[in-house]
Amino acid sequence: MTEAPFKPRDLSWHPPAFFERYRSTHLRAPQQPLLQMPQTETELTGPTFGQNDLGPLDDDLITNYATPGQSAQGPRIIVHGTLRDEDGRPVPGKLIEVWQANAGGRYRHVNDGYLAPLDDNFGGCGRCLTDADGHYNFRTILPGPYPWPNGGNDWRPAHIHFSVFGDGFAQRLITQMYFEGDPHIALCPIVQAIPSDDAIDRLVARLDMTRTVPMDIRAYRFDIVLRGRNATIFENQREGT
Amino acid sequence: MALKESPSQTAGPYVHIGCAAQTAGLEKRGMGDQLGGQMVPAGQDTVTLAITILDGSGEPVKDALIEIWQAGQNGDYTTSDEFQNWGRQASDLSSGVAHFETLKPGRNGTQASHILVWIVARGINLGLTTRIYFPDEDNTSDPVFRLAGARANTLVASQTHVGYTHTIRLQGANETVFFDV
Repeated sequence: MTEAPFKPRDLSWHPPAFFERYRSTHLRAPQQPLLQMPQTETELTGPTFGQNDLGPLDDDLITNYATPGQSAQGPRIIVHGTLRDEDGRPVPGKLIEVWQANAGGRYRHVNDGYLAPLDDNFGGCGRCLTDADGHYNFRTILPGPYPWPNGGNDWRPAHIHFSVFGDGFAQRLITQMYFEGDPHIALCPIVQAIPSDDAIDRLVARLDMTRTVPMDIRAYRFDIVLRGRNATIFENQREGT
Repeated sequence: MALKESPSQTAGPYVHIGCAAQTAGLEKRGMGDQLGGQMVPAGQDTVTLAITILDGSGEPVKDALIEIWQAGQNGDYTTSDEFQNWGRQASDLSSGVAHFETLKPGRNGTQASHILVWIVARGINLGLTTRIYFPDEDNTSDPVFRLAGARANTLVASQTHVGYTHTIRLQGANETVFFDV
């Protein structure tokens, strides 16, 4: 074993398993508390991915489902940021997968029958690896908000789903990215299940004019943080310290 | 620099688009291959692991995404051309069963043969981690198995003629043990 275990996950920072206003949790939230266990080699390790696992257009949702020469409909955006751990260290070479609705709020999925039409040129699936500095970058279109069955007049804020791998399976994370200024963020039970506004704010991407390309495409910045590691224990630590 | 982990959010009902495109009905077009679908090279013998997740009303969860991570037959986590230690499958949209074609893991140190299972779905706000142990192994000295005490039986798969089947219960009297790792 070469690396220290991961820091305990702060469960009070994440949305609780059961949340009254998010009805799908009612029959799916475990009722017993999670059982704490020490990390073993199983949790400290995880799959690795390389450029060979990806196709050349995987990070470009504007064109990766489009007929050659055409592109997806909707406001063109770059989504980029840095993957770090809780100690602030960049996490390079890790797989990030994204999926999203089209500009009208419709998913290309057999189970989505929303009124908004599909876009022949948009699939809604992308992926990339973080570079040596932990940075990632996608091109896509701004997803639309959409209604969902939750017992009332519920609309999801525009969002992009993110799946992130770390060094060990204990870091595995799926989350969602929102867009600054969206009034649905404050109304959405899925978002508001997150206990604090401070934590919610970490999922809100900012318009980034420094990466916006004039006359072409706007940029949003979304940084992602994975669990860090416990402090390294040095073998030559002085007695009594 | 001390940062906080990004808060988790549900994978939602359309997780397949990003993680199991065939299940979504998404054609490949310009994308690379789906990841995690093949753990063992074609033509090699495998063990079939069938996983069903039941919700609090006893109904199968039909929109879950399940990932497994396990040692190879030799008990280590070194991926090779012969075995990918990571697998990913969606619950079948009709039956709710997820099938993995894998190999039975070997013991890892003091740990009995086991498979880490990670579950995300609509209505699950933070991915759930559990384990599968095997009915034909001595699990009693495994340190994690022992932690589960009287509920450890919820972690043990059943044998079938092609491999193993395992039911994960999200709620109820026999709720499966989920871990805070």
